[in-house]
Amino acid sequence: MTASPPDDCCQIAARLRMDVVQLSHEARTPHLASCLSCIDILTAVYFGGLEIDADTIHEPDRDLFILSKGHAATALYAALTRRGLWSLETLASYNTDGSLLPEHPSPGKLPGIEAATGSLGHGLPIALGRQLARRIQGTPGRAVVLLSDGECQEGSVWEAAMVAAAQRMGTLAVIVDANAWQATARTAELADNTTLVGKWRAFGWRAVEIDGHDCAAVADALRAVPRDCQLAAHPQQPLAIVAHTVKGKGVSFMEDDNNWHYRVPTANEVLLAATELGVTPDPLLARHAVEAAS
Amino acid sequence: MRNAFAATLTELATADERVVLLSGDIGNRLFDPYKQACPGRFLNCGVAEANMTGMAAGMAMEGLRPFTYTITPFATLRAMEQIRDDICYPRLPVVIVGTGSGLSYASLGPTHHSCEDIAMLRSLPGMTVVCPADRAEVTAALPEILAHDGPVYLRLGKKGEPDIHEALPAFEIGKSITLRPGHEICIVAAGPIVTLGLDAAAILADAGISCRVESFHTVKPLDTACLGEVFQQCQIVATLEEHSTIGGLGGAVAEWRAERPRLRGQLERFGTDDRFFTQAGSQAFLREAAGLTAEAIAHRLLAAHTLLPEPC
Repeated sequence: MTASPPDDCCQIAARLRMDVVQLSHEARTPHLASCLSCIDILTAVYFGGLEIDADTIHEPDRDLFILSKGHAATALYAALTRRGLWSLETLASYNTDGSLLPEHPSPGKLPGIEAATGSLGHGLPIALGRQLARRIQGTPGRAVVLLSDGECQEGSVWEAAMVAAAQRMGTLAVIVDANAWQATARTAELADNTTLVGKWRAFGWRAVEIDGHDCAAVADALRAVPRDCQLAAHPQQPLAIVAHTVKGKGVSFMEDDNNWHYRVPTANEVLLAATELGVTPDPLLARHAVEAAS
Repeated sequence: MRNAFAATLTELATADERVVLLSGDIGNRLFDPYKQACPGRFLNCGVAEANMTGMAAGMAMEGLRPFTYTITPFATLRAMEQIRDDICYPRLPVVIVGTGSGLSYASLGPTHHSCEDIAMLRSLPGMTVVCPADRAEVTAALPEILAHDGPVYLRLGKKGEPDIHEALPAFEIGKSITLRPGHEICIVAAGPIVTLGLDAAAILADAGISCRVESFHTVKPLDTACLGEVFQQCQIVATLEEHSTIGGLGGAVAEWRAERPRLRGQLERFGTDDRFFTQAGSQAFLREAAGLTAEAIAHRLLAAHTLLPEPC
């Protein structure tokens, strides 16, 4: 599956949404709404925004994408599969005994998983270290880190932000999946996030605010990140893309309902979601055929 | 020790372009020769140890050999989750260097003491823990550490520790170095405090007791061949460290010993108690407060030796 935004974006995003709904149901795992909020972002990352594909995934100068909000692992797994990096059988093994795909990405086992994440606030320092190493080695390439807005409460995010700006790491970008919720509360109730853009700017970054469900806009923003910032013409400030999203996006009864941070959809809810998304569930991802019927 | 670290790392980095040194706003003049020899491969990461540690992991993913360097509690406890998740989980070859370990920075107070680091670091899967005894061991250890394919914690003192070795010792990770032969008591010690073990052994010798001393520089993996030998041969084996007896070398040896009831030697552990050192004072003062003097060690071992049952 390949695409050039925006035309095919919606179809790809609908398939990825169907995948994560199915996987949540099949494996009985939470964080579905957190996955749905970043599906359009991942579509932009893997289908037009960055240069990541099966042919170049082991090249040292490839673009790097790190899912720092590791609890959206099934969204990453589905995107890597639909991009052609993994087989559907691999995706279907999600969270089964002995599988390479736990509920948070594990390191070094499968192409495209660039860091083990799950504990929040780890992805940006790792990405910055990789970019500093590639600068030392003279290797070009972008690095993009997806953070959740709740994750921006972790101090290590801002430790890395300060160093990245001081290092003029223009090849580095973050996307904040700003769905305004965290696990148990509105993000703004726990920590001020009304000024996320201002915070990144105050830390020395360029920052833009966009609609996180506008796949083409996200891809455009990513394509503007230089693969090499040694040239004077290129911006040397890292870029923060604050992407406003809706948690649970794409399935009406999950949208902006934080119960779906932990809830697992029933078989009937999977079918309802399929109808809304206009995509049929992938039979290769089916696991609990008997249970699903009950 | 830190000067030996800086000098040796400069040599290694000059020869190996993968070496990169990350410092947490410390050791600036100490590393001037390094920075001259390897411009671009020194990074002062500021006062942000979690980020420094995560960055080191990222650099190792790209094939570099990062060393993170700052005062021990900040290099270890402060960044503990980054060490576990970012470095140990993917089993990356990052070297975490703690300077001023144990009570080296006694006068700076308990925030700068480090008597828990070995316990925490050695519990991490795949982590190697090296505690050299003097600057010669630091110099000898570093090439082995650089060649090691996995995470390493290097626990240093500060500076001016007594020299134990006249020449560079043969150094192998996980292989203890015999400093003094003996057969009734054996003191296995991690780090510069081994000098107290040597002094205690001399006192015991005056009392007619033969005491072996080992520089047990690697706490993980344990040199179980050495332990098997000394626990078989000696009536008493004592661990000695400037670290809590909870979870450090004494803890590690106790775990190992507990599963081998047929061994002959009984275990005595010397280290710091379950407490903070809230009084101001020098390293010698705090060691004394912890019962860590050659006299106190020898006295306790003599008493234990006296209480040993007669051989039948």
